[in-house]
Amino acid sequence: MSGQFVSRGFQGGRPSAETRDRLPPGQHAVSDFPVLSAGPTPQVTHENWQLTIEGLVQEPITWRWEDFLKLPSQEFTVNIHCVTSWSKFDTRWRGVSMDTLFEHVTLDPRARYATAHCHGGYTTNLPIDELINGQAFVAYEYDGKPLPAEHGGLARLVVPHLYFWKSAKWLRGLRFMESNQRGFWESLGYHNHGDPWKEERYSSDY
Amino acid sequence: MSELDQSMDMNTKMMLDGNALAGKLQAIFGAEMTATSTICAQCGGTSLMGELRAFTQSPGIVLRCPTCEGVMLRLVQTPRATLLDARGVMYLKIPS
Amino acid sequence: MKQSIQWQIAQVKAIKHETPTVKTFTLSIPAWVQHRAGQHYDVRLTAPDGYQAQRSYSIASEPERVGDIDLTVERLGDGEVSPYLHDVLVPGDQIELRGPLGGYFVWDTTLGGPLLLIAGGSGIVPLMAMVRHRVAQRSDIPTRLLHSVRTPEAVIYAEELSRLSKQQTRLDVTYTFTRQAPANWRGYARRVDEMILREVLQTLGNKPRIYICGPTALVEVAANTLAGIGVDAESIRTERFGPTGGR
Repeated sequence: MSGQFVSRGFQGGRPSAETRDRLPPGQHAVSDFPVLSAGPTPQVTHENWQLTIEGLVQEPITWRWEDFLKLPSQEFTVNIHCVTSWSKFDTRWRGVSMDTLFEHVTLDPRARYATAHCHGGYTTNLPIDELINGQAFVAYEYDGKPLPAEHGGLARLVVPHLYFWKSAKWLRGLRFMESNQRGFWESLGYHNHGDPWKEERYSSDY
Repeated sequence: MSELDQSMDMNTKMMLDGNALAGKLQAIFGAEMTATSTICAQCGGTSLMGELRAFTQSPGIVLRCPTCEGVMLRLVQTPRATLLDARGVMYLKIPS
Repeated sequence: MKQSIQWQIAQVKAIKHETPTVKTFTLSIPAWVQHRAGQHYDVRLTAPDGYQAQRSYSIASEPERVGDIDLTVERLGDGEVSPYLHDVLVPGDQIELRGPLGGYFVWDTTLGGPLLLIAGGSGIVPLMAMVRHRVAQRSDIPTRLLHSVRTPEAVIYAEELSRLSKQQTRLDVTYTFTRQAPANWRGYARRVDEMILREVLQTLGNKPRIYICGPTALVEVAANTLAGIGVDAESIRTERFGPTGGR
């Protein structure tokens, strides 16, 4: 390997002193909002949009767009951390807290994990414990405007305390389960949990 | 949404061809792969590896069928290994 | 076929300004392997802390030139690698790369023609390698280059292409300016569309080999329109570059 080679004058994305404490290990701060995507933007309209909660719940529930907008929403400002090593500070969103959505379903006591399902086929898995108590939102506004399609609009999951691949774009449903089933990236080497402060990027199995 | 057809969405704009991944594929397979035929497990469509739709701005690399957009190959490089999921490929036809 | 895939350290021999945002880097390659026109190299930058950034850049030079290659690179403001190449690299510097790479988007004179090359912006680069290869081979395969550019200042290789199209038989270069055309311009001044494609096709007969390289929007429009007017899809090869892709 030629790993010893260093490109003269290339600094890469090393953090400046003032941002360093706000950055998890191995991250660098960006001012733009990079678009990440594993596929083309799915065509989701206000007319055909739905969000379903199903699996280990007494009664599954589906919201249509106009009903979803009637749910109490809140604004939240969070730092986000992408596993590809960028972090973005103070991103401003509006959306519905997962706590609000949980008020509409009765969870089976066996339910411990959730899989987020998305338009376009993407999936990601999260512990239910980390979706509650103000830790997660379904967001539909970014920076005061409707969430752009390339960033997951009409609505995406936002779980800021985990790497951003967990904040699934183009969310269409959450399925609650007893077992933790690996999602799209979790099934190919990425960490099942994904805490940026513990630098849980890759599964220890790989 | 009315602007969708005139201004292509960002995710599609960032799409590359499988050809752009020639180096990575060659490092994995030990041979030039972009002129290899791939058959999509989802729709049965035949495409050269170099023609697949490549999404690279992502935690891993995703190669999709140009016909049905189904996922054909996924590639993740961890610090210890390269992981390749080829479930979306029925088979490869490698020119001899 | 010999496959050179190892990373190696090349040396910057010369840097040429092509346009305000485009430079050509001539690199001496220690383990040089003859490329095919249309191929690319992967370039990798490494920071002192081990951080790496990698991009692919098309080879602009003809395969007949031995020992070194030209990479023509557009500086992308939000890029990570191209600003380094433009702002930091000077002749004498070393740079890590691997190649030549890619067997899909390639052409040589043995494949024959007629040849239709369609470029958007810096998508001209791999197509220029094909034109230069054709010249080096003294081929007279009917060749038409359609180049979509925003402004006259953004035309890469303008002088060389103007000279070649005068000197070479059956090599024709057509521009379309999408933002601002030169004064008194009588040619195309719009995005590539069906009318333009029909007109450039006319002189080439019905079975040309077609290579399209540029931003995704241009590639999609050109490839779909050509397929729509009856061109055999198998004869079309495309290479897209995303806005941050660096190609």
